[in-house]
Amino acid sequence: MANIFPRSSNFLPVKIAAFVAVIGATVTLGFTYYGTPKYTRVGYQPDQPVPFSHKIHVGELGMDCRYCHSNVEQSNHSNIPSVETCMNCHENGIKTNSPALAPIRDAYETKESLAWIQIHETADYVYFDHSAHVNSGISCVSCHGRVDEMEKVYHAENHSMGWCLECHRNPEQHLRPIEQVTNLAWTAKDHPGVMVDGELKQLSQEELGQKLKEQWKINPPVSCGGCHR
Amino acid sequence: MASEATTTQPAAADVKRPKLEVLEREELILNNRSLAWITDRICGIVENRMPLLWWLIFIPSALVAMIGVGGGLTYLVSTGVGVWGNNNSLMWGWPIVNFVFWIGIGHAGTLISAILFLTRQNWRTSINRAAEAMTIFAVCCAGIFPAFHVGRVWMAWFLAPIPNANAIWQNFKSPLLWDVFAVSTYFTVSLIFWYIGMVPDLASIRDRAKNKIRKFAYGVLSLGWRGGNRQWRHYEMAYLLLAALSTPLVLSVHTIVSFDFATSVVPGWHTTIFPPYFVAGAIFGGFAMVLTLMIPVRKLFGLEDLITMKHIDNMAKIIAFTGCLVGYAYLMELFIAWYGQNKFEWAAFAKRTGLGEDDAPYAWAYYCMMTCNVLAPQFFWVKWCRQNLWVVMGVAMLVNIGMWFERFVIIVTTLARMWLPGDWQYYHPSPVDIMTFVGTIGMFLALFMLFLRFLPCINIAEVKWTLLSSNVHRDELEHAKEEAGAQSFEAGGQAIGKKQG
Repeated sequence: MANIFPRSSNFLPVKIAAFVAVIGATVTLGFTYYGTPKYTRVGYQPDQPVPFSHKIHVGELGMDCRYCHSNVEQSNHSNIPSVETCMNCHENGIKTNSPALAPIRDAYETKESLAWIQIHETADYVYFDHSAHVNSGISCVSCHGRVDEMEKVYHAENHSMGWCLECHRNPEQHLRPIEQVTNLAWTAKDHPGVMVDGELKQLSQEELGQKLKEQWKINPPVSCGGCHR
Repeated sequence: MASEATTTQPAAADVKRPKLEVLEREELILNNRSLAWITDRICGIVENRMPLLWWLIFIPSALVAMIGVGGGLTYLVSTGVGVWGNNNSLMWGWPIVNFVFWIGIGHAGTLISAILFLTRQNWRTSINRAAEAMTIFAVCCAGIFPAFHVGRVWMAWFLAPIPNANAIWQNFKSPLLWDVFAVSTYFTVSLIFWYIGMVPDLASIRDRAKNKIRKFAYGVLSLGWRGGNRQWRHYEMAYLLLAALSTPLVLSVHTIVSFDFATSVVPGWHTTIFPPYFVAGAIFGGFAMVLTLMIPVRKLFGLEDLITMKHIDNMAKIIAFTGCLVGYAYLMELFIAWYGQNKFEWAAFAKRTGLGEDDAPYAWAYYCMMTCNVLAPQFFWVKWCRQNLWVVMGVAMLVNIGMWFERFVIIVTTLARMWLPGDWQYYHPSPVDIMTFVGTIGMFLALFMLFLRFLPCINIAEVKWTLLSSNVHRDELEHAKEEAGAQSFEAGGQAIGKKQG
């Protein structure tokens, strides 16, 4: 039987290799960009049943995070406030008849919960404790971003495992004095100067974090069992 | 000196020089088969209908593979890895026994294809293709077990060092990771070596093809091979380089598999003899499997002139040799456990063998291993046993069984009696364990049958090089022998005339 392959088939392997390389590179790069938490999670901003503005409440009125998320220092879970918390102010004082607050008033009367949509969700195989972080000088802002500037809350950080480990390996990048944990606008520049070798010195975040890490003996787990128990 | 020697000889008028006695090499291809006969016979297997026996082996094997491997693993993935018999103290159990068993099988393939090639052992040419195929199929079977043993098989990619959003990076201190690299390298190199070696033969089948589909399929597989001088030069260099590349693999793969055990701090595992002992055992078990497959194959396809009794004899001798190495390792392990005076080490071996110990639940497995691996190969000291195919086949089967028991003894008996008596258990394989293992045997046989059906099972090109007529200097050699008045002898001591080409 005569040869059935045309001359051009000599170049077929090269063409196939080039095709596979291009497709492979496209899929790899595409997945790296579109398939990882930096893209799939960051920016998630669902419509909530009530257009609650953290910007007004925290940024402008200066409420503390813990007024509403009151369990954060004691519990592994940082609670979403019940509507009773809202009604502390909105029952007999401010905006008592605002139509935007109607679902809150309804829920308050029927004693039912308001179905807020969860934005930051931790997988069930991850052990995460809010109190352990907040009480060790890790601020809300490190994981949730500048909520005090958000009109409508969105997912600011990617919350991937690599992202967790970044801080667990270098906690000095994020540690701050305990009393500043809920002060989202705080930076190391706001910290008063410290006497170093007889000189008043403004510490950088790394220097301050390092100091706090040593003082409090912060030693975050980096082994599997730290979070996957 | 030479002239002095000749002068002291009693001078005879009709003999010019002293008569030389020449011990001829045994021929590797019998009955003066021609080049055309070799091509016809081997390509014929691919081109003709398969004999009934082929179907009788293939169909049940494929069914067993589908039910055992396909069904067993589907059930395992959908239910969880708990359906295997493993438990907290015997976390390795049958899956890892089977993994080490199958990985070991493959070693004969690499040894034959690489080391015997570099050392110019021409007898390898008749069996290397099938042995390499066996290697690849055995590694496929082996790979199933650790992949599913990780629990969530879809997470098995965590084994590869790929940068990822989880910031998971492999623990390079772990021999289990070295194992991943060793086995995958072994598989890749073996596959390339096997394929490159097959290209000229695939081209032969392509050139003989009578229909378009075959022409196309083998045309693609033979990569445009035309058999020109330049192609042969490149081919032979590539083959040589690949042989050199895979030579270390013969030793490294099972060495690293043995590190899975030897680098732990478990008495019974933590011994320095493990790497050579594992490598010897792997070659031992691998050759037994080659014999198990090749003895029926040569009968089935009438390849007795290509795979001769000489080949079987050589392999039987290797089995006898490596069997003695393995026996030495078993006994030395036992001796050191006693001589080393480490009470934990001795306790492990006492519980394994039942020597001075009542609590030895697996002593039966130990003596089964000793009988099959150490006593059975001793038959091969006797020439009659190496020449009798039933005996050879029987010993090879015993060695196959014995090598599985060796891994069972190492893994199960050790884990069943570890440090804490509270952990001591007896291991029962679950039905899924048995299904998966029997399934891999079916898969191995089915793949091998498909190999016989679709690919040239003997290296046509290389076998031809071993023909006497392929030696370009043969005429000069024969002439020189005639000049010297040489008398040729065969290995058996029988005088023969001039060899036919």
